[in-house]
Amino acid sequence: MNASMNYLDGNAAAGELSRIFAVDLTSAEGQCANCGAKGRFAEAHLYMKCPGMVARCALCGHALLRLVNAGERLLLDLRGMNYLALVPSELQDSGR
Amino acid sequence: MHDETPTARTLALAVDDWPGHVAGQHVDVRLTAADGYSAVRSYSIASAPSSDDRVEITVERLPNGEVSPYLTQQVAVGDELELRGPIGGWFIWRPGQAMPIQLVAGGSGIVPLMAMIRSHVSAGDKAQFRLLYSVREPGAVFYRDELGALSKQGDSLVVTYAYTRLTPPDWPRPAGRIDRELLANSLWPSTLQPSSYVCGPTAFVEYATDLMIANGHDRERIRTERFGATGERK
Repeated sequence: MNASMNYLDGNAAAGELSRIFAVDLTSAEGQCANCGAKGRFAEAHLYMKCPGMVARCALCGHALLRLVNAGERLLLDLRGMNYLALVPSELQDSGR
Repeated sequence: MHDETPTARTLALAVDDWPGHVAGQHVDVRLTAADGYSAVRSYSIASAPSSDDRVEITVERLPNGEVSPYLTQQVAVGDELELRGPIGGWFIWRPGQAMPIQLVAGGSGIVPLMAMIRSHVSAGDKAQFRLLYSVREPGAVFYRDELGALSKQGDSLVVTYAYTRLTPPDWPRPAGRIDRELLANSLWPSTLQPSSYVCGPTAFVEYATDLMIANGHDRERIRTERFGATGERK
């Protein structure tokens, strides 16, 4: 397995994100702030072996989301996305 | 508890106040050692949604894993586990969709797809399912008897096995990776616009998805779930 295959899907972030959000965000559509690509967050590439986790745009690799445990605090950085669009009727509870 | 293969075990978990799940969702299992060290792993739910507070997971034992050796070798009936879930809102399938469904599994990627098949059966759903199950060798197949029985009950489920290292005797296809021809023969034609679910190790998912797109399937209709080779998931 080569080094470029060390990522998972955005799906795998659902458990950690459920610590913060009441609804599942992985089925939301997000737009990459770098290349403008739109896609379901579940289809982003997720890197777990960082300090915390980083979701990257499947097209350009731009960091869309960072979630890091820093001592007592949980740091969430979402500036890599212009927006997340949710369809209320399709939302699942996050499982928290 | 029962063993699916020499390295994989299915665990039935009784969960108080389980809110119910949708096929394809997973749970996070946390183990905490006496010294406070804890590890969390995600496991796909294998069972169909049901009204009782019972959930099944199938765990493949990973060499050097922190959680899977415990769950496959040490845990005993009656032990308590810390669970979070159900989790995930994208890699899911619900009964009642009209389009044909195709499922592509690499190894233990069969688990969430089996939940979809079981959900399909228990709901008496009318959608036509096809499963392509790529697996190392015959002894590594999960749920073989159940898949065999279900695929004999009419044409609502057609199962194709692809063996990558070792085949049963007299198997028509030599051991090897899946290819475009096998996909074309075992899945739906792209003109029927099936919904596709692909689950397996990351390299398998990339490869299978590329082959499906080369065969004319629309990327927008393919949902994927990847898991790492080093045991972050499953």
